[in-house]
Amino acid sequence: MMQTKQNLFRFHGGLHLPGHKEISTAHAIGNVFIPSRLVLPLQQHIGESSEAIVNEGDQVLKGQIIAKANGYVSVPLHAPTSGTVTQIIEQPVPHPSGLSATCIIIKPDHKDQWIELQETADYRHMDPSALRNRIRDAGIVGLGGAGFPAFIKLNPGARTAIDELIINAAECEPYISCDDMLMRERAVDVIEGARIMKHALQARRCLIGIEDNKPEACAALTEALTKLGYNDIEIISIPTIYPAGGEKQLIKVLTGKESPSHGLPLDIGVVCQNVATAAAVYQAVIHNRPLISRIVTLTGRGINNPGNHELLIGTPVNEWVEHCGGYDESIERLVMGGPMMGFNLGTDNIPVIKTSNCILALGQGEFSVSSSNPMPCIRCGACMDVCPAKLLPQQLYWQAYARDFDKIQDYNLFDCIECGCCSYVCPSHIPLVQYYRFAKTEIWAQERDKTKSDHARIRHEFRLERLEREKLEREERMRKKKAALKTGKDKATKEKKKDAIEAALARVREKQKQSDIQAKNIDNLSAEQQHKIDEIDARRKHEQDNSTS
Amino acid sequence: MQFQKTTSPYLHNNQSVSHVMRQVIYALIPGTLVYSYFFGWSIILNIALACLTALLSEALMLTLRKRPLAFYLRDNSAILSAWLLALALPSLSPWWLIVIATLFAIVVAKHLYGGLGYNPFNPAMVGYVVVMISFPQHMTLWLQPNAGLDFSQALQFLIQGELNSSINMDSITSATPIDTIKTGLSLNNTIAEISASPLFGHIGGTAWEWIAGAFLLGGLWLLYRGIINWQIPFSMLVSIAILAGIFYLVDPQQYSNPLFQLFSGGTILAAFFIATDPVSASTTATGRLIYAAGIGVLTFIIRTWGGYPDGIAFAVLLMNMAVPTIDYYTQPRVFGAPGK
Ligand code: SF4
Ligand code: SF4
Repeated sequence: MMQTKQNLFRFHGGLHLPGHKEISTAHAIGNVFIPSRLVLPLQQHIGESSEAIVNEGDQVLKGQIIAKANGYVSVPLHAPTSGTVTQIIEQPVPHPSGLSATCIIIKPDHKDQWIELQETADYRHMDPSALRNRIRDAGIVGLGGAGFPAFIKLNPGARTAIDELIINAAECEPYISCDDMLMRERAVDVIEGARIMKHALQARRCLIGIEDNKPEACAALTEALTKLGYNDIEIISIPTIYPAGGEKQLIKVLTGKESPSHGLPLDIGVVCQNVATAAAVYQAVIHNRPLISRIVTLTGRGINNPGNHELLIGTPVNEWVEHCGGYDESIERLVMGGPMMGFNLGTDNIPVIKTSNCILALGQGEFSVSSSNPMPCIRCGACMDVCPAKLLPQQLYWQAYARDFDKIQDYNLFDCIECGCCSYVCPSHIPLVQYYRFAKTEIWAQERDKTKSDHARIRHEFRLERLEREKLEREERMRKKKAALKTGKDKATKEKKKDAIEAALARVREKQKQSDIQAKNIDNLSAEQQHKIDEIDARRKHEQDNSTS
Repeated sequence: MQFQKTTSPYLHNNQSVSHVMRQVIYALIPGTLVYSYFFGWSIILNIALACLTALLSEALMLTLRKRPLAFYLRDNSAILSAWLLALALPSLSPWWLIVIATLFAIVVAKHLYGGLGYNPFNPAMVGYVVVMISFPQHMTLWLQPNAGLDFSQALQFLIQGELNSSINMDSITSATPIDTIKTGLSLNNTIAEISASPLFGHIGGTAWEWIAGAFLLGGLWLLYRGIINWQIPFSMLVSIAILAGIFYLVDPQQYSNPLFQLFSGGTILAAFFIATDPVSASTTATGRLIYAAGIGVLTFIIRTWGGYPDGIAFAVLLMNMAVPTIDYYTQPRVFGAPGK
């Protein structure tokens, strides 16, 4: 028995939510079906969007690269099946904004013909960096929802030794069961994938954290582990408390370590990857198959036949729903993701992308947020009691309400993981998370404006310097001329003047040096900094769209 | 297919302000019934009058402030404040005393500060203190337990502020046990001598100890239901018990014992129902401990050495004032912040 009993830790707050997982776990994972068209957004991950390398009219084979990675924080995109590229156009994509983005449209030829797959070398003899490249080339991003390119998180960097690789199998949000089903049916993929990542990171330990409401999945993993005869992976059952699957919360539960409030888990020697990402890594490294499909949950009372399906990336949601038997008439909301952190879709004419884990059709009585006006905050502190980030949600709310965006950061707005626990318990029905999203968006916008004005200021200073330099040069010329004319001029005055000019020039040089430093700061970003900026940008865009929608 | 859009989360635990307030009111019922068992109809009439005044003045203020009437009236907060206020006032109170106190609570302490959620002071305690300072002579008419006032007599007193001349007021009223001790001590009697009076029961005052017990039950039920937090009642009761304990050990003839302190006056009621008013209390866990300990200490001090019969109302208001500061200095350490 590989299941380890180990000391678990508790994070503050959290909720016991009704799981509703049984709605979608009654049947085995549904097989891939080939829809009439595939819609593949170029941006399916955090970072730079991929760059299309096919043209309209091109024939493509299954697994062929159709868009290449563009920059470090980017991954390529592959054709999920064989067919013809019919269009490269703007299409609605799964995004809170409901906005459109550039997509490659493929019309499948239903031959499902693979591109020739290369033989793969044994990863155990591969250099970690070569391994990371393979994972990158397979287009793998975090499949848990955030969609950060997986290979970057498998790079421990020079400074940190990785103590723990944590495979996030908590799947803590209600309704979602795609990871659960994946583990039940493809436990070997998960275990092997976890080992590959452990190898890439040279991590000391590898822990799989799984909520105890998934005994079947836990048993399947344990069995696979025994059968494979590995003893370097620990499967740990953790209490079902939402949001135990939050990265920081899971790390705390398993290791007792808290990732720093303004840092990354890497800073404390921990890397966290989603369980579906592990399975995708296994497919990529052992079978050399790129990420072209994923398991997605279709659930909620608003759906006639809920369940889990393996879907080609790019499958339109409406075709899928139709394929499964359509909506129940009681449907009230269509949500991508879970009911706590997901976002509302205005239309089902959007594709499933790499990060889509669940389509939730909330039907009768499931959508339990009151539509009436919120009451004033009565300072009951219920929100604070459940906040897993140990924030003071009511204070954040007051500051957001008052639009005091400096003060709100003193209350650590950016540590809020938007888990929704506070809104869930607020007796005044205040849409707290909505306020935090709003405040974050505003702050990002202000920062962007500030960066802009900083640039303007620098340009302005450059100009002043240039003017001063020119003036000095003119004076210098004048002085020389005068000196030539009046040779009998007092030497002391001359010296003094020269000194003054020297000093002024020195000032200019000093200033220039400072601006050089600034420029350098912007140019040579580390991957991590770039990641953060990208993440913030993506986030901001998303929030902005969100708040305007 | 097109769908309506809103932002997550899409689930809620279905708790609401009006539900919370209603639970608290339910929890007051056992104590109120026991109260009325010993003291008759007066308390019921007082509560009814206070609630009626509260609802009317709340409706008036909402209209003046152009707020949705039905929406806010349903939140039950005005009724709760009025109920608590009526429990705090003397059982024999003329109608105008109750009305004035309630008006101050609802109009001034609540709505002039911005309405529900914005009032820094506990409205019920503001109402109480206002009449306590303005009409001290009317704040001493407490019925004796089992005084045997019937409904019409109770009503009569409420309306006219006096009873038929055939009834001797002195024979049916008395000071509260706490007051009795204070007066007794000032006459150089010892606690033992004072407590020999029939006003004193096993641990608190006669009847009062039972009432306190019933409120304790209601309070524990609220704790169990998660409506209130443990910190405030715990900290307030413990601080009073400790202080009283110390003085009692030093001089049991001058200071009453801790149990008496807990089970007389409004201690239990205040600890579970008044100090826990979320709006005017501290919100952080540590803050609540400090806040309630402050109330406990101040209550004991005012009770023992102050000029007023019971110090709870003053203690609560004083600590209300300290809440912003307490909250500021007791913020919890954010997840992942240095210094565990
Ligand atoms: S739960 Fe709602 S009402 Fe209670 S303190 Fe938080 S924001 Fe205010
Ligand atoms: S949404 Fe933010 S503030 Fe609210 S409970 Fe979650 S982490 Fe705390």
